Amino acid sequence: MSDKKPISSVNDFVVRFANVNGSGSASANEMFARSILRHGVPVSPRNIFPSNIQGLPTWYEVRVTEDGHLGARGGVDLMVAMNPQTWDKDVAGIEPGGYLFYDSTKPMPSTKFRDDITVIGVPLTAITNSTYTDPRQRQLFKNIIYLGSLSALLDMDPKLIEQLIGEQYKGKEKLLSSNVHALHLGRDWALQNLKCPIGLRVKKSDKVGDRIFIEGNSAAALGAVYGGATVCAWYPITPSSSVAEAFTAHCKKYRHDPATGKANYAIVQGEDELASIGMVIGAGWNGARAFTATSGPGISLMTEFIGLSYFAEIPAVIMNIQRAGPSTGMPTRTQQCDIIACAYASHGDTKHVLLFPEDPAEAFEFAAASFDLAERLQTTIFLMLDLDIGMNHRLSRPLKWDDARQYDRGKVMTAEMLEEGRDFGRYLDVDGDGIPYRTYPGTHPTKGSYFTRGTSRDRYARYSEEGPVYADNMQRLVRKFETAQDLVPRPLQANAERPTKYGVIYFGSTSPAMDEAIGLLEARGHQLDRLRIRAFPFHSSVASFLAEHDFVYVVEQNRDGQLRQLIVNENGIDPVRLVPILHYDGSPITARFIAKAIGDHQDHLKVTPLRKAVS
Amino acid sequence: MTYIAKPKFHHPGLKKNELGYTHRDYEGKISTLCAGCGHDSITASIIEACYELSIEPHRVAKISGIGCSSKTPDYFLGNSHGFNSVHGRMPSVLTGANLANRDLIYLGVSGDGDSASIGFGQFAHSIRRAVNMTYIVENNGVYGLTKGQFSATADRGSKSKKGVTNTDNAIDLVAIALQLGATFVARSFSGDKSQLVPLIAAAIRHKGASFIDVVSPCIAFNNHAGSTKSFDYVREHNDAVNRLDVLVGRDPIAVDYAPGTVQVVEQHDGSRLALRKLDADYDPHDRLGAMTFLQKHAAKGQIVTGLLYVDPDAEDLHEHLNTVEAPLNTLEADTLCPGSAVLDKINASLR
Repeated sequence: MSDKKPISSVNDFVVRFANVNGSGSASANEMFARSILRHGVPVSPRNIFPSNIQGLPTWYEVRVTEDGHLGARGGVDLMVAMNPQTWDKDVAGIEPGGYLFYDSTKPMPSTKFRDDITVIGVPLTAITNSTYTDPRQRQLFKNIIYLGSLSALLDMDPKLIEQLIGEQYKGKEKLLSSNVHALHLGRDWALQNLKCPIGLRVKKSDKVGDRIFIEGNSAAALGAVYGGATVCAWYPITPSSSVAEAFTAHCKKYRHDPATGKANYAIVQGEDELASIGMVIGAGWNGARAFTATSGPGISLMTEFIGLSYFAEIPAVIMNIQRAGPSTGMPTRTQQCDIIACAYASHGDTKHVLLFPEDPAEAFEFAAASFDLAERLQTTIFLMLDLDIGMNHRLSRPLKWDDARQYDRGKVMTAEMLEEGRDFGRYLDVDGDGIPYRTYPGTHPTKGSYFTRGTSRDRYARYSEEGPVYADNMQRLVRKFETAQDLVPRPLQANAERPTKYGVIYFGSTSPAMDEAIGLLEARGHQLDRLRIRAFPFHSSVASFLAEHDFVYVVEQNRDGQLRQLIVNENGIDPVRLVPILHYDGSPITARFIAKAIGDHQDHLKVTPLRKAVS
Repeated sequence: MTYIAKPKFHHPGLKKNELGYTHRDYEGKISTLCAGCGHDSITASIIEACYELSIEPHRVAKISGIGCSSKTPDYFLGNSHGFNSVHGRMPSVLTGANLANRDLIYLGVSGDGDSASIGFGQFAHSIRRAVNMTYIVENNGVYGLTKGQFSATADRGSKSKKGVTNTDNAIDLVAIALQLGATFVARSFSGDKSQLVPLIAAAIRHKGASFIDVVSPCIAFNNHAGSTKSFDYVREHNDAVNRLDVLVGRDPIAVDYAPGTVQVVEQHDGSRLALRKLDADYDPHDRLGAMTFLQKHAAKGQIVTGLLYVDPDAEDLHEHLNTVEAPLNTLEADTLCPGSAVLDKINASLR
């Protein structure tokens, strides 16, 4: 029997479902998360899935968090162990005092359990088989039956789950009633045979507010719709495919000419990543807002074209949903590991604009803004998401749009401007901001045409290999990049309660874990000022932040501290003052990890005088 | 590419087309290719075809990859936008440009190195997508800019300038284009302007993927004995299946050839292709027949030229995608953005 007191917690615990990929568990597990949301309690769910269609282990983790912590917490309080392949690892991962929920149809030897956890057995297979004869039904309804049992064990309101099932199967009465029936099969068995509720409970609250529950990829795709993207060329790759798929779905719904029913968009699944970015660049050259979505290996393939976009100055948007590399790496695991590859993509001296959204709301905002930036700056803009934001549902601020907003089409010289006699030099820096005017093909019968090429040319787009002409062009590109600093989203700073000489820099999907880690660090007595970087090139406030602090931790999800490298490279700062805090096992970074890594370092700093005294 | 712009003055008495443009209005910069290069003859044919069709030069977008052939867009239609992209990737850039603005005429110029090697995939996929374009391969079977290596269209057994025999099989881009569903497929010879000019004109008028493979001898590296892409070899082995006249709607159809030797093909845009048949059995509407005909003659060492296949009812990529008639690059927020009220509904559906 348990020698550890069972965990007791209301609205603050982690449930992990261990399933077999392809067993149809995903919708039941997601319904579990959504049903907790309907109780008014925030959740932070994460898919942990293999690079495989069927048969391999998959997990779905739901962090129930009344405090609204949206990062991964680490540890499991209740394991729903439905996969014999991973049983031992799953049981081992339960926090002391936690709970194990399993299918007790077949007896298990006592050695398969732990003494310090509470074991809850429900004969799921037996219940399922006594009710259903069809093998597929048996597989699917078993998931709903365990959802029903969990609702009883966690004291959840079954009406809220029924409501969700009703929404999901609206108009499909047969499916609706059979799912509700399965839910109650599991719930009733638990109520009649188990002690309900257990120590973990869901209690109605009001902490969700008006927030929405959406995946980052879907939000980014909506941003592309609102931002006016008309051409999307893409090639399937995990974890980015759902961006293009969502863009397609949104366009089909919202982007047809009301009079003719024709599409105000063109979406092409390219034959590969090279063709996809080629189409984006062709469309951008011709004045359409175009984008592609890809991941690290796709970026590798696209780099030649990215260099062309930089040098020939053609607008393009690339949404990079990062996964663990290098090479094929771990295709279904998250990392922030393409920072350097994107910032300096392609041969020669290149620099590219990167945007780092922290959540779906910013994925939407930044995606929409990326098209303005691409046309204003006439270059490639990278929207740097990662699997953790892209493929997981997150609670997010509602998406917002200002109807007065017009698209910034950048410096485009029209036929009228050419007729007025305006001097058109394709690479002429008219305004001193490094950004030249361009013309769209077909603008004027005799003026404004030019030849676009990746080879060197003068300010009037005339081929030239003269050294000073080349250098002049390259210097202007540097000026343009400097201009970009003030156009991209600025970093956001939050200071500690007390003045401190320590700071922390972070970005992207690390954000929720970082927010939570600050609280944990304060509890250990550590005060840190925070700077969330939202774009590259770095705004001048990044240099100011570095100057104001003795040590700055740079928290990121890759092995080599890529953002730190970029900061050192671009700011010329002494690397010793930037302390890398690196998480790169493919799982989302947690508050516990950050707090421990920074806390341990801070503790070390505090004992330094003692060490000196000893020596 | 050239440093040298052509002088703009010209004789006031130059003949003008229906738009009032002279031949000179369709020219570009002075070619820097080798004297006698077949590619310059193709450039001249493109200029002639565009002049004859009375195309507004600035309504053409000319796109190429990298290589000798890909330099040539600089040498014609000086008032149109050109794009010298990256090696072998012209088709994707052209496809994207076409998606952005369906109203322009898209002329893709490529080479055998460009299209049959690094760009083989992009060539194939742009054809199967039915992009409305005229895709011209200036095919000399050799890498000229890097001085004489075999390309993938070099025939097996043919010899390089250094005397090396090619042991690899050749890729026949025309055969591939036919197989992939191109709706206008032709082959010609840079030294046969009378055949090439109307083929280019017809390809431009054709709606859908038009492909023309033009054998274009490289005077520097592939015009010797043993080459199957030399001027002499092609002249000796050329078997033209037909000759073409392009008759746009405004002109009366005045065919002055003997009955039974002319076949008129009417296209969607009203233009008519008058085919003067040299080979009595040749039917340019039969894709399978064209493929067989091509292979039979290739086995005999003959280079079949002319319009090999045309589908006058072809559709293009925009029709497949059902896109609006207005060029996508002209649409603004009032058309493209669903607005805040729709966003509020989307938000509500996500709770």
